[in-house]
Amino acid sequence: MNELVGYLVSGVALGSSFALIGSGFVVVHRVTRVVNFAQGSLAVLGGMLSASLLGGRLPHGVGELVAVVVCGAVGLLMGILAVGRRGTPPLISLIVTLGISLLASAAIIWLWGQDPVSPPGLSGSMTILGASVERQRLLVLVATLLTFAALALVFSRSYLGKALTASASNPFAARMVGIDVRRMGLVAFALAGVLGGLAGVLVAPTNALSFSSDLPLALSGFAAAVFGGLTSPLRTLVGGLCLGVAGQLTAGYLNGSYQTEVALLLMLVIMIARSKSFVAEEAK
Amino acid sequence: MLTIDRVSRHYGGVYANRDVTLRVADGELRGIIGPNGAGKSTLFNLIAGHTRPDAGSISLAGQRIDRLPAHSRARLGVAIVFQGARLFPGMSLLENVMVGAHSRTRAGVLAAALRTPYQRREERETQALAADCLERVGLLSWAARPADSLPLGQQRRLQVARALAGRPRLLLLDEPASGLRSEERSQLAELITELHRTGTTILLVEHDVGMVTSLAQQIAVLDLGRVIADGTPDEVTSDPAVVKAYLGTGAHHAAR
Repeated sequence: MNELVGYLVSGVALGSSFALIGSGFVVVHRVTRVVNFAQGSLAVLGGMLSASLLGGRLPHGVGELVAVVVCGAVGLLMGILAVGRRGTPPLISLIVTLGISLLASAAIIWLWGQDPVSPPGLSGSMTILGASVERQRLLVLVATLLTFAALALVFSRSYLGKALTASASNPFAARMVGIDVRRMGLVAFALAGVLGGLAGVLVAPTNALSFSSDLPLALSGFAAAVFGGLTSPLRTLVGGLCLGVAGQLTAGYLNGSYQTEVALLLMLVIMIARSKSFVAEEAK
Repeated sequence: MLTIDRVSRHYGGVYANRDVTLRVADGELRGIIGPNGAGKSTLFNLIAGHTRPDAGSISLAGQRIDRLPAHSRARLGVAIVFQGARLFPGMSLLENVMVGAHSRTRAGVLAAALRTPYQRREERETQALAADCLERVGLLSWAARPADSLPLGQQRRLQVARALAGRPRLLLLDEPASGLRSEERSQLAELITELHRTGTTILLVEHDVGMVTSLAQQIAVLDLGRVIADGTPDEVTSDPAVVKAYLGTGAHHAAR
């Protein structure tokens, strides 16, 4: 029982970071039709930055915030490279993001070396249902839920959210009513940078990150996004949590090295099962 | 209001528009007619910014707009209603119209996102404006329904409502009556008359020549990308060049 609760909590925490990374995929894909391959690198960057900043004596809260903001700026830069030129086809942009992710890995090795890095997080643990749970893992869940609530508010209430949704729904019509669709694409990339960075900052204290963590994180995040049809942030959250829990249960009861394979398998199953809805989506 | 000066646009060797010159006065309702392939739609796309001219210039109230992207022209007050549906399918009718209103009433996107204290009141005002625009096109009772649930004729009216919400200075209507039943046509004609009366400058492209001649004070006729006549409805319909364009050269010779 204790074991199970432990696995569930760590699964939910890990799944939260998948959901954050996945929502980054969703935000960018909705507006630009581009799958941002560099989304995992943003999470790694976030974790590395917060480790260095906190190690450089920045207080907790400030160090993490600066790391997330820098990731947002890096996301914006990625956007400028990938979709900044008017009329770039989504497939070309996708290749650009793939190139950026390779470059980012190199940059991360250059700046932080090859060893895994783990910033200090919320210390201590508490007992839930007889199981000892690290407080950092709870922080991840709470921060993720708050972020998704904020996202929902932005999308439903603000002009920015409506403009993003309109650009996603019909770019031509959005231009007709005065929305700068290209700028909305850049905003989406910046937002994806913030979400990816936040995921890295939150997950790194419990799961050390290295330059090669970007692919497993991106795959799991993408699987969560696929669960949301690459359009729904809420279903991405659900998908991410399920994936995290499934991964931790596999790691706990079977073998820890199967985690990424579980994510891949689930993604395949979901994609095949939902292939019809994808086709319908493309046809619109 | 609108000055189009010797504008040309060609695709390969084919001119869709050639040396088109038109001056539309403030508050005017100008009709544009012409046979299929005359270049009417290209002209609209050039004005709205969905294509760029190869030569010539387009100015709105003295400001050159022909190099501006489409969204900037929309912000300057150029609204276009296409024949086909150009809506936001996932959103309700009211939301569709609100998006049209937002982009004109607010300056910067980020500034708007940060101005939370004003947010609620402004949101209410925008909603009221959107509801008003829906009422003017007779769609208010459907406000909460998703836009893609509407039949085509009403989707076009929704486009008109969305355009109105942006308080356009220049409204481009591309065959608004096509596919409408006769009662819908007369409602549309009433709406256009009312918009004209309240000071909106309107360019109306229409296949229904009867509708254009009854609404517009002045009509330009396009044929093979050129303006072949420009005058009052009576002048234009009796112009031999126009008759020839509409009947085709073969018919013209046969009539002799």
